[in-house]
Amino acid sequence: MNLYAIRAIYRFEMARTGRTLMQSIASPVLSTSLYFIVFGAAIGSRMGDVDSVNYGAFIIPGLIMLTLLTESTSNASFGIYLPKWSGTIYELLSAPVSWIEVVIGYVGAAATKSVILGLLILITARFFVDYHIEHPFWMAGFLVLTAVTFSLFGFIIGVWADGFEKLQVIPLMIVTPLTFLGGSFYSISMLPPLWQKIALFNPVVYLVSGFRWSFYGVSDVNAGLSFGMTLGFMLVCLGIVWWIFRTGYRLKN
Amino acid sequence: MPAIISIAGLGKTYKSGFTALKNINLDIQRGEIFALLGPNGAGKTTLIGIVCGIVNPSAGTVLADGHDIVKDYRASRSKIGLVPQELSTDAFETVWATVNFSRGLFGKPADPALVEKILRDLSLWEKRDAKIMTLSGGMKRRVMIAKALSHEPSILFLDEPTAGVDVELRRDMWNLVRGLRENGVTIILTTHYIEEAEEMADRIGVISKGELILVEEKHQLMRKLGKKQLTLQLQNPLTQIPAGLSDYALELSADGNELIYTFDTQAEQTGIAALLRRLSEQGIDFKDLHSSESSLEDIFVSLVRTNA
Repeated sequence: MNLYAIRAIYRFEMARTGRTLMQSIASPVLSTSLYFIVFGAAIGSRMGDVDSVNYGAFIIPGLIMLTLLTESTSNASFGIYLPKWSGTIYELLSAPVSWIEVVIGYVGAAATKSVILGLLILITARFFVDYHIEHPFWMAGFLVLTAVTFSLFGFIIGVWADGFEKLQVIPLMIVTPLTFLGGSFYSISMLPPLWQKIALFNPVVYLVSGFRWSFYGVSDVNAGLSFGMTLGFMLVCLGIVWWIFRTGYRLKN
Repeated sequence: MPAIISIAGLGKTYKSGFTALKNINLDIQRGEIFALLGPNGAGKTTLIGIVCGIVNPSAGTVLADGHDIVKDYRASRSKIGLVPQELSTDAFETVWATVNFSRGLFGKPADPALVEKILRDLSLWEKRDAKIMTLSGGMKRRVMIAKALSHEPSILFLDEPTAGVDVELRRDMWNLVRGLRENGVTIILTTHYIEEAEEMADRIGVISKGELILVEEKHQLMRKLGKKQLTLQLQNPLTQIPAGLSDYALELSADGNELIYTFDTQAEQTGIAALLRRLSEQGIDFKDLHSSESSLEDIFVSLVRTNA
């Protein structure tokens, strides 16, 4: 294992985050705070409890998940796309590193940033609403697993994209709508029966539901199923990344 | 001594169907400077890309210091440094950070003293805290060399290292390359500047349309394929070459003032003395004469044209 290479990539990526602190950290925290003010404090105060949880507190897991998914995806995709765009990818391809070392470096850094953001949002939420975490171990597990999984997903997008527009398409056109429709702001049980069934095809439902269960012990779907689905998606992403490096798809030639 | 790079039956055909390399066989000796020459699109960069792991080969094998570049890629790649043709840098990074990054990427622990030495050798030390985007093109080229040297490679690929750099920097780089060779580094360079190959290389390889058409020791190549010419400036211009001189390989300049005699440098008799006697017999006087030898560029152009 080339640990020096992993550390070099990880530190390089974290340094990039440090250089763009306003964009990387401050901006997502600010926009999530606005969600809390609008949906949690202003509108939420006029709404009843959902699944016996105060509405302001109810949306915390969904909001964290929203940030986690979008930031993991965009950060990891940008991380690998940038050397492709600038041409410095030659160095990565000619270095004595395996695909798993490259992935640990890039995805590890993207996931770290996302987890930091998730925790910052959690702290920020305390200023607006009261909440508790019933299963802190599982909460941390879901947080890390989701960050890693969607950073892997972002890595794939970064390799696939051949322009800045494509880099934005998947996060904006697919990830964000699925998150909004995945029960971030409501319980699936609040939907009409037909839409409840359709919603179960949305993978984000499982993520939000499992994460919310770790907070309040209530969920739309079984927490074990949520964890399994996330793990399964992570394995699929890992398989695709392995294939990318084996064939050199959009990296070599 | 076994070759430090051994290429056997190497081929590359892209998905588009374009064949960039055809059955390349080449051994590069330890410690030599090998210049790979060829016109644009000949396959030089593809060949370097395959050896360095950037391009997947379609056929053949490559050993770098005895290690297969595919099966034993870690060992082979750790021996190789690459300075690509394009100026590809991390614009927002500092010189110090990017060189240290390269060293780590190639599996080496931090060594600030070594990085300092490399930066000083390349006149980059004063710019160590500067962001790369603030540097000139020549300085960026030096940064790329520093990155390639940061993990102490024993094989260094320089793909058009002096393209677009000024004369002074080009001389600096030549000195650097010579210094690296003295320290035992094998250097493979591609260049458009034939004078660069003539100045630096021990051996020359010429690649054209994906085929390696010649590999030869430089001086031998110039002796073997080089031509020498004797130019005589005539006292009185001629309208045509006299019949009495027809058994000599002579050309008459357009204005008739010069007779150019091409002779074989390898031949036992150049025929110059006999020619001068014949001229005297024919009553042709000359006021000056000089001889010239064909350059590597002449040889290269002739080879590539023959292969076209």
